[in-house]
Amino acid sequence: MKDTMPTRPLPRIDAVSRGFWENARAGRLSVQRCEECGHRHFPGGPVCPRCLSSRQGWEIVSGRGTLLSWVRFHRAYWEGFRAELPYVVILVGLEEGPLLISNLVGAEPETMRIGDAVEAVFEPLTDEVTLPKFRPRE
Amino acid sequence: METDKRSRAGDGSRPRTGVRPMHEYHRLKDKIAIVGVGNTAYGNFPDTDDYGLGAEAFRRAVEDCGLPKEHIDGLLVCRIPYYARMGEILGLAPRWTVPLPPHGRMSAMAIIEAAAALEAGLCNYAALIYANIGRSRRVNYGGEESPGVWDAWGFTSPGAAHAMMFQRHMALFGTTTRQLAEVSVAIRHHACLNPDAVMKQPITIEDHEAARPITEPLRLLDYCLINDGAVCLILTTRERAADLQKRPVLISGVGAREAYRTASISNFDLNFWYDELRDVADQAYGMAGVGPSDIDALMCYDNFSPTVLFSLEGLGFCQQGEAGGLVEGGTLKIGGALPTNTDGGHLSNSYMQGWALNVEAVRQLRGECGERQVQGAEVVQFVAATPCSRSIIYTPG
Repeated sequence: MKDTMPTRPLPRIDAVSRGFWENARAGRLSVQRCEECGHRHFPGGPVCPRCLSSRQGWEIVSGRGTLLSWVRFHRAYWEGFRAELPYVVILVGLEEGPLLISNLVGAEPETMRIGDAVEAVFEPLTDEVTLPKFRPRE
Repeated sequence: METDKRSRAGDGSRPRTGVRPMHEYHRLKDKIAIVGVGNTAYGNFPDTDDYGLGAEAFRRAVEDCGLPKEHIDGLLVCRIPYYARMGEILGLAPRWTVPLPPHGRMSAMAIIEAAAALEAGLCNYAALIYANIGRSRRVNYGGEESPGVWDAWGFTSPGAAHAMMFQRHMALFGTTTRQLAEVSVAIRHHACLNPDAVMKQPITIEDHEAARPITEPLRLLDYCLINDGAVCLILTTRERAADLQKRPVLISGVGAREAYRTASISNFDLNFWYDELRDVADQAYGMAGVGPSDIDALMCYDNFSPTVLFSLEGLGFCQQGEAGGLVEGGTLKIGGALPTNTDGGHLSNSYMQGWALNVEAVRQLRGECGERQVQGAEVVQFVAATPCSRSIIYTPG
């Protein structure tokens, strides 16, 4: 059956990123962690940017972080986002170190300050893809 | 006094990111000259293409310096599909060729690479050609044409990355959008003095504040233009430059530093490329033997207006966080303390991704700028604050 709704862009799930998306579907946030030196990073890559080891896994993290910045889109770069205009994208610094781009849930960014605490929530988008998003944390 | 705003920031002793290299650039100081410049008209030209525009800019640059094109034995192209086709069209048989990708950060990278090649004797005369057909081909700079890691969350485009940086700059330092407007207003003022510029209507701070939001907090007047056009520069050694018809403009200082650690968030840096720009400033000023207070005109990569504020801070025209105050009251206008982007920049002249700003630096030092001439300009600086930050300091030969 042909889908007549404009589609939203979906993440490219490959050998490296599959672990992240499987964890997200189970409601868990993860970052890539080097099994040699312990360095944590996101997005995942084929080797550790610190020690170049190929032995890396996806480590479940706390889901806690801070709001580092935000932007509100008034232009639709994809038809699938047109109905959501204007929408907010945020930059989150995870407690464990890596930065994530995501969306803010349950608050307008003007009610928050840079550095405020946020925590991950999970929104299913398709059968395969669940998007980690963030809401204010007390 | 406006000049008081330009005191040198920092004492040079703070730690920098990464490994401190031995800077060997000094051997390039005053060795290489820009001897010819050319550009097309700027606008919407669906009847030609990258090669047609590039050829026009090349012909004008060759005429500008009076060099028979048969002498050109180096070719660097940027945003041109196929370097060999460009060479075929122009009837060149170089012994040095470099093609560069269509990224905004390439102009000074290209000029520095060409200078090094000329110094090493890899070529004697290098033609650097840039062309852009983004307007007539409706390039969006976001969405499906540039897939990224964050598409599923709706994040895309260099403008959004700069919006996120400026939002953070406002939160950390109290910078305001009215201060940001000063950048767009000053640069539009210069475009109104430039017969070749695309945008010729003066704007006010109120116009900026009322413009439609694109990626809030950025508005339409914080965005560069998208237009067609091409630029060509011809470089050679200082000795060879003496035989050509225009006064040479020397490359007196260069600085370079990349920031790849958050490359997955394209065109973004959590600290506004400040540490990298401090490095760039130390290198370029140290090599040229000048400081910010010596700069007569600044050519500042202005893909988005906040980039100008980040550049002023990183180069040391003020402390970090103080650029909003620095630009208030027309500091960046001709006649102000630091004339910036005297051709109208990317915001209002032409989106030639840094290339036209380097041409403007040459024309200012030659005294060819007419109504927008900075009187007595002797030291002109180009800077691009990007993941590959670069600066070049130009002086007359």
